[in-house]
Amino acid sequence: MSPLTGYLLLSAFLFSIGLAGALTRRNAILVLIGIELMLNAANLNFIAFWRYGPHPEALTGVMFAIFSISVAAAEAAVGLSIILAVYRHSRTTNLDQLNSMKG
Amino acid sequence: MTISFLLLAAITIIGTAAAMTLKNLVHCVLALTLGLVGLAALYLELGAQFVGFTQILVYVGAVAILAAFAIMMTRSAIPTLSNAESSFRASGSLIAVLVFAVLAWAVYTGTSKQAILLAPPEGSVAQVGSALMHHFVLPLEVIGLLLTAALVGAAIVAMDEPRAKQTRGRQ
Repeated sequence: MSPLTGYLLLSAFLFSIGLAGALTRRNAILVLIGIELMLNAANLNFIAFWRYGPHPEALTGVMFAIFSISVAAAEAAVGLSIILAVYRHSRTTNLDQLNSMKG
Repeated sequence: MTISFLLLAAITIIGTAAAMTLKNLVHCVLALTLGLVGLAALYLELGAQFVGFTQILVYVGAVAILAAFAIMMTRSAIPTLSNAESSFRASGSLIAVLVFAVLAWAVYTGTSKQAILLAPPEGSVAQVGSALMHHFVLPLEVIGLLLTAALVGAAIVAMDEPRAKQTRGRQ
């Protein structure tokens, strides 16, 4: 197994863990953390392909990972503040109880 | 497949899996920190120093602390009904396993079996900084603007509204 395959498999596993957490956990904060894990798995793919790709001197994978990390940080800040606002409104962060817009 | 890769991968998988399965949310954030440190070490192992240290600064330093504060402020650490597992547990896990199976199959069949022996690329911090200041200067400005707008927006959304304060005073 080549090193690239190992990194890609690890990244796929991280993505699956994040997906499982986002689907099964009912606390909004943990769902957000699961989404962050999925973003991190994508970042690991960028870096692995940059390291074992044909043109590493162009630094494209590194740049994409840096911008992706900054967008993920902005997303985490906005998401957690929305969770705080929802908690202040409805006194819960359980997604099963936040169903007032359910048809 | 080196020993260091296997060790760091084990740390990352243990940390992230514990973060998604533990009952206590504070323990979840602590386990998540461990997983993110392992991921940063993997970046360093791949030769991307700047991304590795950015990962530690942004995720371990900021996002984990932010999540811990959000857990404290929403009283999610108190084991109540809000931490209960949902009815989607079996189907959600099944979907995740299926997604992993498809991804692993694609990785196995799509990548070559021989180990690629390339010299480690030069991804030094000086080169990354020079590229950010010359070739990627417009995206850098745009991302700075986005971060500023997102942080101001987050502060405004999380701000205590005066109306909410009045109703809480009445209760």
